Amino acid sequence: MKKLFLTLGLFLVTNAAIVAQEKEQPKQVIGVKGVCEMCKKRIEKAALDVKGVRSVDWSIADQQLTVYLNPKKTTGKEVQEAVALAGHDTESVKATDEAYNNLHGCCKYER
Amino acid sequence: MIKHLVTLAVLTVGTSLYAQQTITGQIVDETHTPIIGASVFYANQSIGVATDAQGKFTLPYVEKESLTISYIGYKTQSLTPQVGQSYHLVLQPEESLDEVIIQTKQRNTTRSIKGTTNSFTMNSGELLKAACCNISEAFETNPSIDVNYTDAITGTKQIKMLGLTSPYILIAEENIPSVRGASQIYGLTFTPGTWVESIQVTKGAGTVINGYESISGQLNTELIKPATDRPFFLNLYGSTDERFEANVHGNYRLNDKWSSSLFIHGNLRTGDHDKNHDGFLDMPKGEQINVMNRWQYINPEKGVVSFITARYMKDNKVAGQVDFDKKKDKGSTVLWGSEIHTEKIDLSTKLGYVFPDLPFQSAGLQVAYNYHKQDSYFGLNLYDIKQNSLYSNLVFNSIINNTLHKFTTGISFTLDQYTEQVFVPGIDGNFNRTDNALGAFYEYTYDNTTDFSVVAGMRMDYHNRMGLFATPRLHLRYNPWENGVLRASVGRGKRLANVFAENQIFFATNRYFQIEGNNGKIYDLDPEIAWNYGLSFTQNFHLIGRKGDVTLDFYRTDFENQIVVDADYDAHQLLFYNLDGKSYANSFQLEVNYNLARNLNFRSAYKYYDIATDQKTGKFEKAYQPKHRFFANLEFTTNEQDNGAHWKFDFTYNWLGKQRITSTAAYTTANQMKSASNPYSLMNFQITKVCSPRFEFYVGGENIGNYKQRNPIVSASNPFATDFDTSMVYAPIAGSMYYAGLRLKL
Repeated sequence: MKKLFLTLGLFLVTNAAIVAQEKEQPKQVIGVKGVCEMCKKRIEKAALDVKGVRSVDWSIADQQLTVYLNPKKTTGKEVQEAVALAGHDTESVKATDEAYNNLHGCCKYER
Repeated sequence: MIKHLVTLAVLTVGTSLYAQQTITGQIVDETHTPIIGASVFYANQSIGVATDAQGKFTLPYVEKESLTISYIGYKTQSLTPQVGQSYHLVLQPEESLDEVIIQTKQRNTTRSIKGTTNSFTMNSGELLKAACCNISEAFETNPSIDVNYTDAITGTKQIKMLGLTSPYILIAEENIPSVRGASQIYGLTFTPGTWVESIQVTKGAGTVINGYESISGQLNTELIKPATDRPFFLNLYGSTDERFEANVHGNYRLNDKWSSSLFIHGNLRTGDHDKNHDGFLDMPKGEQINVMNRWQYINPEKGVVSFITARYMKDNKVAGQVDFDKKKDKGSTVLWGSEIHTEKIDLSTKLGYVFPDLPFQSAGLQVAYNYHKQDSYFGLNLYDIKQNSLYSNLVFNSIINNTLHKFTTGISFTLDQYTEQVFVPGIDGNFNRTDNALGAFYEYTYDNTTDFSVVAGMRMDYHNRMGLFATPRLHLRYNPWENGVLRASVGRGKRLANVFAENQIFFATNRYFQIEGNNGKIYDLDPEIAWNYGLSFTQNFHLIGRKGDVTLDFYRTDFENQIVVDADYDAHQLLFYNLDGKSYANSFQLEVNYNLARNLNFRSAYKYYDIATDQKTGKFEKAYQPKHRFFANLEFTTNEQDNGAHWKFDFTYNWLGKQRITSTAAYTTANQMKSASNPYSLMNFQITKVCSPRFEFYVGGENIGNYKQRNPIVSASNPFATDFDTSMVYAPIAGSMYYAGLRLKL
């Protein structure tokens, strides 16, 4: 019985956490790996091409992509998928080996 | 991107002034071209930025941390910054073993490969290359702008773009149109060069945000911002033609939000110089006092930046015959003399706001009041003008869906009140008028971030004299291949010609003035309307390991209507009338910049102008305008020593082809001139010894070949006879001039 309550409680808490996470923020900062100015262009272009993304800025030094988006139209997750598709690992979506291998020589960040 | 928006400027300032504890800088390559996207970061911290389109960066200051600067293909460089310092870093290509030089000074003219318009920025380093001292003299090292002599009396230099004189250029100060109306001729001489942070030059149609008046181009001067100003600056200057200038700037920071700068300029032109022995002063004597106080407010948390500027200027000139005594001879026919007294008051404020958490959205408001008064006489001719102006512009910037699509929109209101009194042969009267214009504009920018961008602008204005009219402008940019840029532009401009204010040079003649109007809205004449078309191509290249660029420009201006100022009909008359027929200006420019060797830069340009107007008596080529011009500039800087000491050398060569002289057929035989001038060359040089980042002195020479126009004044020996004319000037009057000066910066 005690165990059941604990499981239920845990379930509720996780559920709440998931709900909280799903509420999209208009400004998001996402970790994205890259090396150079060419990477910056590619990452920003990929993110900007996602419908609902308003403004992006990727910082080489911080390895972070700041995204302003319309929460009704897209999610941070979609942005990460688009960036990964272009070959750059993000904090929760990894690029495929194929996409990574297609990057220009100077853009091959450490994996 | 176009930097015409106050809010954009405000944004730049806003970010560069995050807090008191920042360091700023610019990263350039060995040819002084800004490196975009170089990474600048603290090696042991997770703080860093990439440089912007001008190669500039701003970072918070972190004590005792070393900063790393890197860019692909260039050697990585590090340094330990000092708080509040501004750095100018030159990165060397990887293969080169040369040491990286750290300079604390920027110097060059930068042309963006990314911008949609054909624009470039001249920074204060470029301005220092000119001898002196105000912005009418700032363009002598710049091939896109020609500096011309206007007349043999006032010594004023007038600028031209695409072969058209300054009334066709929109000249703004911090995006507020400044040289217009009454100040058209002398306006540029009323801003001391040391006050200027940078000048942006746009060839061709330009943006619609600052108004409908520009036809051949736009110039915008950014003044020094109190928040980034140094605490103290002193500049002293003296020249062999007995012109002395002093500039003192002081800066005070009240707290982390408010800062203020005080600028004081004074100049004195003394001495009777008559090198060509025609009995007339080669340049006027006089003095000017010019004071400006600026306040800047910055609040980065709230996204607010504001400027409040107040300014007062008084300038006096005395010109004419050497023995002329203004107390005794004014109004008499014993000796010919002239006095020009100008007084100016400017008040302006700007407010910029960036929406919190929407960095791509901002709004800005500019409001300016100007008072300009000129009282003058030229021999027996009198000219007084007073102008009160109010200018306001409300601008909003945002995006459509994403930052690939940006727009700027807003409304503007202008009010001009003129009181003008003219007394010349043929005209004796008051020309008082009030003009106002209410306008709305919208400018859309698309940039695919790689190889294509477009700026399409439209404004609608309702003017009390010109009615309702549209001003469309379009700019395109395409990069067909790497480092190549193709640009095209088209645009319309419309303006009211202030026939007297713009043609003051003819007051120092005995011509009979006549306005042959058609009961038009201004001086019985119609507004001027023109279309400007431009095409330009720039290619950056590497040759023998050195960088260079080449630019080809072609521009055409077609006048639908122009106020023809006809000095050819009869040398004893000056006619103003609406264009009947064609008037056009074609200009072609080939510019080559090349880094010849380390620290040695070469810039050169060939310009061809074909400008003609249908006048009463046929088609006339534009007078006092060379068809061919050649320009070259060499710039050499020695390596900087540890204490920042170095030398700078600069040499400019100008060749001007023959120029048409207006008809002199009506003159007595002795006073008649050839129909065209001879080609001639002008050479200027300057040597600067920088002793430390705080102190430097310089010497230089202008027109060192000592070329002078022989007899620049027609009938100089008899200035009250009908032939007397000082407007037929195509070359320097005064010959060579040498100067020296110093700059102290704390």
